[in-house]
Amino acid sequence: MKQFTRREFVKLLGAGGALSSVGLAGCQTTPTAGSSTAASATPVPAKAAPRVVVIGGGFGGATCAKYLRLYDPTLSVTLVEQNAKYVTCPGSNWVFGGMRTMDDLTQTYSALRDKHGVNVVIDRVVGVDTGKRLVTLAGGKTVAYDRLVMSPGIDFRWGDIEGYDEAATQIMPHAWKAGPQTVLLLKQLQAMPDGGTFIMSAPPMPFRCPPGPPERVSMVAHYFKTQKPRSKILILDSKDNFSKQALFTQAWDQLYSDLIEWVPATSGGKVVRVDARSLTVHTANGSSHRGDVVNIIPAQRAPQLAIDTGLANASGWCPVNQLSFESTQVPNVHVIGDASIAGALPKSGHTANNIAKMTAAAIVSLFRGVPPPTPSHVNTCYSLVAPDYGISIAAVYRLGEDGSLQGIKGAGGLSPADATPQQRSQEAGYAQGWHKSIVADSFG
Amino acid sequence: MNPSSLAALAGLALLASTAVSAQTISRGEVIASTCFTCHGTHGVSPSTIPSIDYIPAERMIETLRAYKSGQRYSTIMGRHASAYTDAEIVEAANYLAGLQKKGK
Repeated sequence: MKQFTRREFVKLLGAGGALSSVGLAGCQTTPTAGSSTAASATPVPAKAAPRVVVIGGGFGGATCAKYLRLYDPTLSVTLVEQNAKYVTCPGSNWVFGGMRTMDDLTQTYSALRDKHGVNVVIDRVVGVDTGKRLVTLAGGKTVAYDRLVMSPGIDFRWGDIEGYDEAATQIMPHAWKAGPQTVLLLKQLQAMPDGGTFIMSAPPMPFRCPPGPPERVSMVAHYFKTQKPRSKILILDSKDNFSKQALFTQAWDQLYSDLIEWVPATSGGKVVRVDARSLTVHTANGSSHRGDVVNIIPAQRAPQLAIDTGLANASGWCPVNQLSFESTQVPNVHVIGDASIAGALPKSGHTANNIAKMTAAAIVSLFRGVPPPTPSHVNTCYSLVAPDYGISIAAVYRLGEDGSLQGIKGAGGLSPADATPQQRSQEAGYAQGWHKSIVADSFG
Repeated sequence: MNPSSLAALAGLALLASTAVSAQTISRGEVIASTCFTCHGTHGVSPSTIPSIDYIPAERMIETLRAYKSGQRYSTIMGRHASAYTDAEIVEAANYLAGLQKKGK
């Protein structure tokens, strides 16, 4: 039987530049950028595995670390996260409706470490040297990278609301990062007497989870209706409309009648100053409101680490190449999730999960010296208006000719306005299924 | 070329296609990865949302087309399926149908 030489074999198959020596020789050489020349007859010398460091273990960072290893098990992937446990923001509103406990929402990184071979480091990043490609940790260690993925989430624009600072969050919680703030708001609601008023200040766009504020109001309304029926909810909004507004309003009219009052920005909804001690908020039109429980969700931006690393622009968010999510300001650094400017994608756990997968595919391709695959993104945001009443918005996104991600026309959209109670109940079930699934896909 | 050479060639072709697929991430795989958010990693769902790793490609293609056209009732799949071209549906369905064979 004729023995094919490698050169003849390649010629025979007419393979392009994508065929590497790795598959043929069966050796453990790690594919690296530029090493995959089909016509080369000389074996590629063994090189160290390319190193990716992922900063931030939310939906974006955890999913990216996992899928990098799924796409290429030879990669060295280190995830740096400051907390050993992560509480999911999705589902955290359900705690106020009595549908979930904090434990139900709490994740660890053990599956990433034990099942997927991710090097999990629990420490805080104090700085990134993007020239030397070194991440410095609070514990004093440094971690070197070939490519860095930053998934830092959000921080608040402290100072936009006068009087609302870190100390004030202990009296008027934001509860917009799930964890102790969620517990604080829950305890305040539980301690509130029947007949009290819950005030929420909703933020201006863009912010994490656009349907989050009306979903929270819905869950609190469900709690009031069943436990404290004489109580009221006042939403003071920095916007004149909100996500899934027609669906939420329809459901509120049906389920909670006059328990909820929403004040848009132009009617005096924009909160400009708070006095935490007296639980009073002041709005742009000069009116003031006193609440028994006050939830201030401030305007948002990318966290300080992203700004200090030179990744954010004047908008406070991080511009990226929306194919690879590599920063347009700093090479070899990818910014994913809420902190990135991602075209039409909303800032959600679902988009962070999808961005993470597209970024993992792009990074693996870049290391191999092949073009990244054409990305496809999905967003599905379920909201619970009541335990058996769910609504959703969905969209699929593609890269437009201008390089920005755009929703595909004629697809996606909202749950129908005329859905039956059975359909609302089905969507409530899927909302909870979605949470279980995305958690497993990101952390499991 | 005798039969054993042909067999060797077939084996090599298989090897080569494995090598190529290890290099590039296909459009079917990219689209399927976005299904996994709700339907579970590699299509194996941990929740009440159905698994999709065991469905023959023909049936998946038919189902997605029916969601897209509205012939088949759904709460949300119609809104998703209408985003994809027929070619994309075929590629994603073929990738998903091959997942169990790969032992994923």
